[in-house]
Amino acid sequence: MSGIDPAATFRQEAAELLDQFEQALLDLGSNSSDRELIDSAFRAMHTIKGSGAMFGFTEVAAFTHDFETAFDRLRKTGAEAGERLISVALSAKDHIRALIEDPASTDPVFGEAILADLHELTGDGGVADSASASAPAEPSAPAQRRFTVKIRFAPDVIVNGTNPLALLDELRSLGDCTVRADLDRIPDLADLDPTQCHVGWTVDLAGAVTPAAIEDVFLFVRDEMDLEIEELAALPAPLPVETTPAPQVPTAAPAQTAPAPAAPGPADRSPVAAQPAKPAAKTEASSRGDERANATVRVQAERLDRLMDRVGELVIAQARLTQLSTLRRDPQIQAIAEEIERLAAGLRDSAMGMRMVPIGSLFGRFRRLVHDLSRDLGKPVQLVTSGEETELDKTVIERLADPLVHLIRNAIDHGIEMPGQRLEKGKSEAGTIRLDARHVGAEVHVTISDDGRGVDLARVRAKGEEQGLVPAGATPSESEILQLMFHPGFSTAREVSALSGRGVGMDVVKQTIEGLRGKIDVTNRPGNGASFTLRLPLTLAIIEGLLVRVADSRYIIPLSTVEECVELSEADEQRSSSRSFLNIRGELVPFVRLRELFGTDPAREPHPKVVIVSNGDSRVGFVVDQIIGNHHAVIKSLSRMHRDVQSFSGVTILGDGLPALIIDAARLVRGDIARPRRDKEAA
Amino acid sequence: MSAPVNAIAGAATERVLMLGLGGEYLAIDAAIVREIMDPAPVTTVPGARSFVSGVINVRGEIVPLADLRVRLGMPATEHGPDTRFVVIEVEAGDEPEPILVTVVADKVHEVCDLDCPPASTVPRIGMAWPPELIRGVALWKDDFVILPNLPALLGLN
Repeated sequence: MSGIDPAATFRQEAAELLDQFEQALLDLGSNSSDRELIDSAFRAMHTIKGSGAMFGFTEVAAFTHDFETAFDRLRKTGAEAGERLISVALSAKDHIRALIEDPASTDPVFGEAILADLHELTGDGGVADSASASAPAEPSAPAQRRFTVKIRFAPDVIVNGTNPLALLDELRSLGDCTVRADLDRIPDLADLDPTQCHVGWTVDLAGAVTPAAIEDVFLFVRDEMDLEIEELAALPAPLPVETTPAPQVPTAAPAQTAPAPAAPGPADRSPVAAQPAKPAAKTEASSRGDERANATVRVQAERLDRLMDRVGELVIAQARLTQLSTLRRDPQIQAIAEEIERLAAGLRDSAMGMRMVPIGSLFGRFRRLVHDLSRDLGKPVQLVTSGEETELDKTVIERLADPLVHLIRNAIDHGIEMPGQRLEKGKSEAGTIRLDARHVGAEVHVTISDDGRGVDLARVRAKGEEQGLVPAGATPSESEILQLMFHPGFSTAREVSALSGRGVGMDVVKQTIEGLRGKIDVTNRPGNGASFTLRLPLTLAIIEGLLVRVADSRYIIPLSTVEECVELSEADEQRSSSRSFLNIRGELVPFVRLRELFGTDPAREPHPKVVIVSNGDSRVGFVVDQIIGNHHAVIKSLSRMHRDVQSFSGVTILGDGLPALIIDAARLVRGDIARPRRDKEAA
Repeated sequence: MSAPVNAIAGAATERVLMLGLGGEYLAIDAAIVREIMDPAPVTTVPGARSFVSGVINVRGEIVPLADLRVRLGMPATEHGPDTRFVVIEVEAGDEPEPILVTVVADKVHEVCDLDCPPASTVPRIGMAWPPELIRGVALWKDDFVILPNLPALLGLN
C-alpha cells in the first residue's frame, strides 16, 4: 500500500465529516434542543480540527479551533440552537470546505466575519464567562477543584495514530498538573514491543475544570482506555466514570489476575499482567457506542470491480467443476462441488452487496440545497423524502447527484410559486418537494415532484416554435411538448437567474440518465405541479434469470418479468402467420418470435415454447426453442461498441464460459423494438 | 527485433504489432495490445453493427469482437490455423477509460520497430481504404503496411 496521499485521505474524510456536520445542523433546525445532535456536530468539528492539524492543514485547524471554542460554549451552556446560529454554522462549514479544497481562493476576512457572528450569538446565549474562550467553564463550576486522573491507554494506542503526550499536554492546558508515569506494566526488555504503549500516567490536576472537561480531552480514545477521574477535595468518593478499575497499584492487580498462573509480585512486570485490562476494555468497548458496529472501511471502487470479476470467474470455474463431478459420479467429488457451489454463491452475493448503497445517502445531500434555495428565493420549501433504503449501485448513485440537483433547482425556481401566489391559489404557504425512490420490477424509479404551478405547456411550445424545434403548424402531443424541455439550449426562463434558466441542465439530465440506460417520464399537473420520474435499470446487480435457447444461442430473460411459460400449440402456430396472438385464459397476448426478431435462421423447431413476460399492464409472449432453466446472472454491461443495441440490457457469462445476452424484456414489451416489425407485418 | 528496414524522412519510430488481414498488413501500436489469443467461442449480438456482431469472454470480461475485414469490405474468410484474436485497448476521445476490443487477425506476424511517416504523406489516390480510416502508410520488408486510425475504424468517434 504505497503512494497513498495522506492529504487526499484527509480531504475525503473531511468531506464526509462536513456532510455529517451539515446533517446535524439541518436536523437541529427542526429540533433545536437535541443535545445529541449538538454533540454529533461537535465531534465532527473536533475530528476535522485534529486530523487537519496532523496533515498540515493549519488554517483549517486554526479556524476550526476557534469555531469549535465558540460552539463548545453553546454545547456547555445548553442554549438552544437558533436559526441564525445554524445559518452561521452552515457558512462556517462552507468556509472550512473552501479552506480544505482551495485555500488560495479563500480570504481570512470571511472566517473572521463568521467567527465574529458566532461570538455575538453565543455571547447572547447566556454564558457568564464569555471572555475566556480557551477555558470554557460551566456556569455552576466552582473556582478551583483538584483531581487525580489515572490514565491507561490501550497498548495499541500509538499504532492507531494517537500521541499520548499530546493528550497530556492538552490536559496540562486545563490547569496545574503534576504528571507521574506508572511504569509497573513495562515488560522485560526481551518482551518489549516498542510500538506499544506500556506506560500509564497519574496526573494531579488543579484548576477550574470539570470531570467532563477532563473526559473531553480523551474524547477519541475514550472507548479503548481506562480513565479514572477522582476528585480530591471531596474525599475518597471517586467519580467512577469507568467501572473497570485499572490495576494501577501493584497490590490491586492480583485480584484481577487471579486466573493468571504467575505469582503476584513478578507478574506485574510480565506482559501477562497487562492482559486483564485488555479484555475488560474490550467488553466495555462493545457495550459502548454503536459507532463500532457500523464501522466502515473505505475501498476503491475499482478494487470492488476486480473482486467482482474474480468472483465471476470463480462461479464459472465452479460450474465446470459441478458439471464434471456429475459426469464422474463420484459422490465425494460431488460433495465438494456442492460445497464450493454454496460458498461461491455466498461470496458472489456478498461481493454484489458491497457495491449497493442506499439512496438515502444521496437524498441527504439535497436538504442543504433546498434549505439554501428556499432562503435565497424567499420561498419556504420543505423536502419530503421516502424510500431512502432503496439500494442502487454506488456508481449509479454518484452519477444521479447532478441530474437530481438540476431537477430540484428547477422545481424550486420555476415550479414553486411565491408564498403570496400560493395562498391566493388556496395552497399552503410552503411548497413541498418530494423525493421518492422505489423498486419497480427490474428498475428503480426515482421521482422528484413538486406542488408548484406545473409546466406551462403553451409557453414551452411557443419557445419551441421560436427556436425552430417545432415545425410551424405541427400539433405536438403533450408528451412531445414536455420532451422539448430536454432539448439542448432550451430554456423558458425569461431572465437568467443565478440558479437556472441558462438552458443547460435539462439536456445534461437527459444525457446522464440515458448514459445509465435509464429513461425520464414527465407528468404534468397544470396548477398543481410536475413530477419527473427517472427510471433506472439495476445496471450492476445479480438477477434471477430464465435461461432460454433460440436457434444456437442462449439468452437470459429476467425472471422478475416472467409471468408464465406455455407451449405454442400447433393450432396457434398455424394461425400465427396471420395473427400473432395467443389466447391466455381468455385474454389476447401478442407474441414475438425471437428467431425472427434476432434475425437468426427462421426455420422452426418442433414444440416451441412461449415465455409470457409483463411490464406493468402489457404482456407479450416470446417464442423460444427451449427453456433451459433458472440461472443466476451477474450482469455485465455491453461495451460502448454495442451501445446502439436495443434488445439487450446486458450480458452474463454462463457456466461453460460463453457470454449470454440478457433480454431487455421491459423494453421489448413496451414495444420500442417489437413495434416496427409488427408495423411491417401490418403493412 | 529487426532494425528499421526503410528509413523515411521525418519518420518517427514506433513499436508495432504486425497483423495480416485479408492480404494486407496492418500495424497496431504494440503498447495498446493487451493479449493475443486463439479464437474463442463467440456469442452473436443480434442488432449490432455487422463488423462488431459478437462478444467474447476474455478472462471474465465481455469484449466485443470486431472483424475489420467486414468493416473494410474485404471478403470474410473462415478461421484458419493462423487466425488469432488480438485484444486491444482503444482510447476513444470522450471516454475516461480505454475501450477493450478484440480484432480478428488472419495471422499475427511479429512485433517490430517501424518508421512511421507523418500522416500528411498518406496518398489520397491509390488506396482502397477511405483515407479517414488511415493514420499512415509505411514500408515493412518491401511491403506496404497500413497504420489504421483505430477509433475511426471501430466507429468510436
